[in-house]
Amino acid sequence: MSVNTKTDNQFVGKSVPRKEGRKKVTGQALYVDDLAFPGMLHGATVRSTIARGRIKNILFEGEIPWDEFTIVTATDIPGENYVALILNDQPYLAGELINHPQEPIVLLAHPDKYLLQEALRNVRIETEEWPAIFSLEDSLARKQIVWGDDNVFKSFLVDKGNVDDVWALADHIVEAEYHTGAQEQLYIENNGVIAIANPDQGVMVWGSMQCPYYVHKALVKLFALPEDKIRVIQTETGGGFGGKEEYPSLIAGHAGLLAWKSGRPVKIIYDRAEDMVATTKRHPSSTRHKTAVTKDGKLLAMEIIFVIDGGAYCTLSPVVLSRGTIHAAGPYSCPNVRIRSQAVATNVPPHGAFRGFGAPQSIFALERQMDKVAHAVGLTPEEFRRRNFVREGQTTATSQVIREKVEMEALLDRALDLTDYHAKKERFAADNPAARVKKGIGFASFMHGAGFTGSGEVYLASVVGAEATAEGRVKILAASTEIGQGTNTIFAQIAADALGLDHQLFEVTQPDTANVPNSGPTVASRTCMVVGKLVESAVLGLKQALIASGYLKEGYTRSEFQRACYEYIKAHGPLKSYSKYQPPPNVFWDDQKYQGDAYGTYAWAVYVAEVTVDMLTYEAHVQDFVAVQEVGKVINPVLAAGQIEGGVAQGIGFTLFENVVWANGRMANNQMTNYIIPTPADIPPIRVYFEENPYSYGPAGAKGIGELPMDGAAPAILSAIENATGVSISHVPLMPESLMEELGVA
Amino acid sequence: MSETPGKIHLHCIVNEEPRTLQAFPMERLLDVLREKLQLTGSKEGCGEGECGACAVFINGRIVNSCLVPMAQVEGASIKTIEGVAGADQLHAVQQAFIEYGGAQCGICTPGMVMAAVDLLERNPNPTESDIRTGLAGNLCRCTGYTKIFDSIVRACSKQVDA
Ligand code: FES
Ligand code: FES
Repeated sequence: MSVNTKTDNQFVGKSVPRKEGRKKVTGQALYVDDLAFPGMLHGATVRSTIARGRIKNILFEGEIPWDEFTIVTATDIPGENYVALILNDQPYLAGELINHPQEPIVLLAHPDKYLLQEALRNVRIETEEWPAIFSLEDSLARKQIVWGDDNVFKSFLVDKGNVDDVWALADHIVEAEYHTGAQEQLYIENNGVIAIANPDQGVMVWGSMQCPYYVHKALVKLFALPEDKIRVIQTETGGGFGGKEEYPSLIAGHAGLLAWKSGRPVKIIYDRAEDMVATTKRHPSSTRHKTAVTKDGKLLAMEIIFVIDGGAYCTLSPVVLSRGTIHAAGPYSCPNVRIRSQAVATNVPPHGAFRGFGAPQSIFALERQMDKVAHAVGLTPEEFRRRNFVREGQTTATSQVIREKVEMEALLDRALDLTDYHAKKERFAADNPAARVKKGIGFASFMHGAGFTGSGEVYLASVVGAEATAEGRVKILAASTEIGQGTNTIFAQIAADALGLDHQLFEVTQPDTANVPNSGPTVASRTCMVVGKLVESAVLGLKQALIASGYLKEGYTRSEFQRACYEYIKAHGPLKSYSKYQPPPNVFWDDQKYQGDAYGTYAWAVYVAEVTVDMLTYEAHVQDFVAVQEVGKVINPVLAAGQIEGGVAQGIGFTLFENVVWANGRMANNQMTNYIIPTPADIPPIRVYFEENPYSYGPAGAKGIGELPMDGAAPAILSAIENATGVSISHVPLMPESLMEELGVA
Repeated sequence: MSETPGKIHLHCIVNEEPRTLQAFPMERLLDVLREKLQLTGSKEGCGEGECGACAVFINGRIVNSCLVPMAQVEGASIKTIEGVAGADQLHAVQQAFIEYGGAQCGICTPGMVMAAVDLLERNPNPTESDIRTGLAGNLCRCTGYTKIFDSIVRACSKQVDA
């Protein structure tokens, strides 16, 4: 017991097993649909049948015992009828106007979920239909004005140097346009919430979610209740990937409204079809590039126009646009950069957060463009990158001076070595002409900013708490959610090393807004780097309190620490410590000009894909994938590699499998049988390598990691397909039919 | 579905315990397990046989319980994820999933564990391609499958050691 456990980095860097692993492998972990309350009703949502128009009448028809049902419409809302987020334009329930084909209009609740389904089919919404628009091109062309004065949710301009002066001096100018499609997050656990609500207790919700305090903020407005009358508890969450960032605020409100009116607990669980058709997806995008280079391949100017389709309401589109914009010029040094970007409205359900948050879209376009420019100059893709990678002391598109060590070239060398890139290129060039199945290899190089953009973290002002118990255990109090990425485990590792104690003494408390401070949303690759740092300082605060009050001396053992906690609590009561976000020094961001230190730091990466393309079936398969990245200190190698592998697999899906078929603004293939994600048979071995440059302001030197792997697969795979077939493709998803067309066979 | 004719009485064995159940003949086994028997380890990912999150064993054969109507389980012996671990020891597959990163969010995990157990019962020394085929009916959105394959390979070597 009294072994001195004080050694540096005892747990950080080790693959400590996932804290909640045992519950998960035995089926004991409780997700929201696994919970039931006495007297609970089931809730369901009646949605619009048209994409745009006006509600004239709501009719309750059929042989349904309507008097047994709790029925909620917009007129039942006690507070504000909007989902509080950025612009507050999305209603909880449409009162009069319909702006997309899944607009919620009526809520129903009943104890019998089969009868409920029957009832859903018997609510008829009479409408007057108005013309609608479904593509960002139509929105930009203002074929209809469907939002505000001009269909534009948000615009940004990044302007560095002066691109206009350069075009005349350039040896080559390369122009092209790129497109990416919508993508469904497809967490395997559908969205769901249970609510209890009444005027005495206020509103309590349990649900699958990434951001309990987003839900909290939205419910305060919806019910017009004081903050302490709203309580939000995250249940075990079966994947999020951004899809449970903002949407749970809507379902929580719906369940809350039904519970408020019925006086009974209400559970709303979407089935797969409803989850896919109604909830958010990755923003479709269109990017135009115009690039000027010298004849020896130095970038002179980049002009980029980046547009995303936000869907019917603003929701998070400005923030997605911001990240996409800042990443649009990538890890390259270019003296003149102009990026204009817009998020525009259409009559499809709002698009939302999805891992990468705009960056996978703009990086896809950039990396395809860089291959094109290399070709125009007569350099190999790798040599062209080498001549332009941003280096320490140089600046990014927002004029951020890179102060930390950055070694893109070393990452590139390692990635090309690991894949035997040069030898393979030669071999494929020799073998391909005669082969029916052609082979190719390609790569993408990119970076991903960790944490909120610009001054975002300062505004968030996140707080983490730590509380010692009389038994000498430590509870970490944070609203950051475990959604599979390993939060519970890495927080314990970081805390354990900060105090020189065993990680088993540390436990992350279930996020519950009544018990944990607001450590910000679980998004933006910020949990490890930003919140982890707060965990580190919060637990150090406990130690300082114990030392300052004389119960503990440096060089303590585990049992001395435990005794000190006991003595302190006996004498003074609860021992808690809170830590609040402080920005790293010398960080400057200008929100008006969009210039400055966009992110505290970046993760850097080079991904290589090897593919085969069957020239008879037009099927492309990824045969090998190598992901090399620098993410600062790796806290838990197994969990970190798991993040990369999962992100790459989603990236492969984004590139070759996942095609949202739209019919008048509605997803037509909203089933797992016809929206295909990669299966165990489709994913190649994903080989993951880390370089570690500890980041001075991250916990134990760690940076963010979660979103990075989503950025690289699509451009790397299309580069490999170009190598195999000689055809440069500029859109994803790339389905066999469209590959056939691109190859000019159709 | 409210017009469904009356419920039927069924006898079956669930995780080695005899059970008498009342259910509509067309009720899904998945719902009865989760709602009547409180065996919530089996999950619904799709409800149409695509994801494998609801996998259980019926008379030793792995099936997706979202596709099984109650009328078909009369007299059957059913094993769910809750019945996989021994009294005081996890199954080698479960242990390996914990140690080698086979579970992330955990929602696919019960089904994945069932599929892996089934695979190893039929083939104690699977090749990588056997593992891919053995898991072909199970989807995971978190792991990219790599660590699930690793976990199964480790579980085999453990079983061989034991
Ligand atoms: S829920 Fe049964 S296979 Fe998906
Ligand atoms: S671990 Fe999340 S779906 Fe497999």
